Amino acid sequence: MNRFKESPSQTAGPYVHIGCTPNFSGIEGVYPEDLGKKMITDDVSGQRIAIRGTVIDGAGTALRDALIEIWQADAQGKFAGQGGEAGFTGWGRSPGDMATGEFVFDTVKPGRVPWHNGQLQAPHVTFWIVARGINLGLHTRMYFADEEAANAEDPILNRIEHKSRIPTLMAQPEDGGYRFDIRLQGEGETIFFDI
Amino acid sequence: MSNRNGFAARDRAWHPPALAPLYKTSVTRSPRFAPIGAATSLSEDTGPVFGHDILGPRDNDMITNFATPGEMAIGPRIIVQGRVIDEFGRPVPHTLVEVWQANAGGRYRHKKEGYLAPLDPNFGGCGRCITDETGRYEFRTVKPGPYPWPNGPDDWRPAHIHFSVFGQSFAQRLITQMYFEGDPLIWQCPIVGTIPSREAIETLVARLDRPGSLPMDALCYQFDIVLRGKRQTMFENRMEGM
Repeated sequence: MNRFKESPSQTAGPYVHIGCTPNFSGIEGVYPEDLGKKMITDDVSGQRIAIRGTVIDGAGTALRDALIEIWQADAQGKFAGQGGEAGFTGWGRSPGDMATGEFVFDTVKPGRVPWHNGQLQAPHVTFWIVARGINLGLHTRMYFADEEAANAEDPILNRIEHKSRIPTLMAQPEDGGYRFDIRLQGEGETIFFDI
Repeated sequence: MSNRNGFAARDRAWHPPALAPLYKTSVTRSPRFAPIGAATSLSEDTGPVFGHDILGPRDNDMITNFATPGEMAIGPRIIVQGRVIDEFGRPVPHTLVEVWQANAGGRYRHKKEGYLAPLDPNFGGCGRCITDETGRYEFRTVKPGPYPWPNGPDDWRPAHIHFSVFGQSFAQRLITQMYFEGDPLIWQCPIVGTIPSREAIETLVARLDRPGSLPMDALCYQFDIVLRGKRQTMFENRMEGM
């Protein structure tokens, strides 16, 4: 039996943008463009939305050195590489705004994806957050506050013991899309998953 | 169809804990609640795939990819190579590996970086490649310098290269750092020290590979990366309501 231990994680550090979004960090001419900037590359079905938010630390300060990645199904509930629409990558990466730390993803509202027993999950977007001071990338999910019926039957939401924390996973509708702030610690701490 | 072949659970005792007070920034950036355990589903078992079409010819050569044509970055020339495999020993082919690092003087090319060591006009500090059929990757660079950083009054980072690896699933996403064999600063670093065991730290230390080195040109370091692995079984253990 050959088993190996996963490489231990180390923080992405303060300069993660050099490696992952070099053009954003001022290192131009090495890569033509930063990966994950465009999720919609051609005509796609579904509702176009912008997902905006900030990552906030335990002292209430917005992180300006984080890297946020998302992965989601297209409007039909299919993932890229698994029958998803050709014009949609499903994967986004944002360094956040230089001054405010706010991330923006121009995307489509995802369709419903089956759980492993075939039951449909509520529409959601998978988030992965790394930054200086985060020792192991944090996984969470963004659900849509206006999908009440689907959320009520979502298998992941239903297994959360502390119901009072579920609102931390809900993106709120706003002009042009949804807002999803991520609180690393303290009041309203976002639910993170050990998946 | 069996669809419970999700990922083996992450061994969180092997990884650094979220809160590691000697690495001071982790104090306000660590969740206080425990992460909620959930089996991976399609949303985590899938992930972005990148083709060779995104790569330029010098993406994996940090000695020249930022340099003025005809010039090269200053510093000890090294080749870093290795394999990306999963916990079950299977190669992870065609996966994107991104790297970034300080220059040979320990200085990053970044607006918020204030260390007095100078920038190298011919060194940008980023590179990337895609693993081959057998999970192998390779890039050329200069050995990064150690540098002081604001944590304790006099903390130094050992020489290191940051790695970002995708795997084939979002559940495998990993960022880590590679250190260099024989560096005494490894064992004094609060960031390295967030990893609970010496055994785990050793897996992040690249080995000098003398036979792999290029005579009169570059030393070679070997560094393998292990990602989480998907279970494979014919059996499906389906629980009611799950």
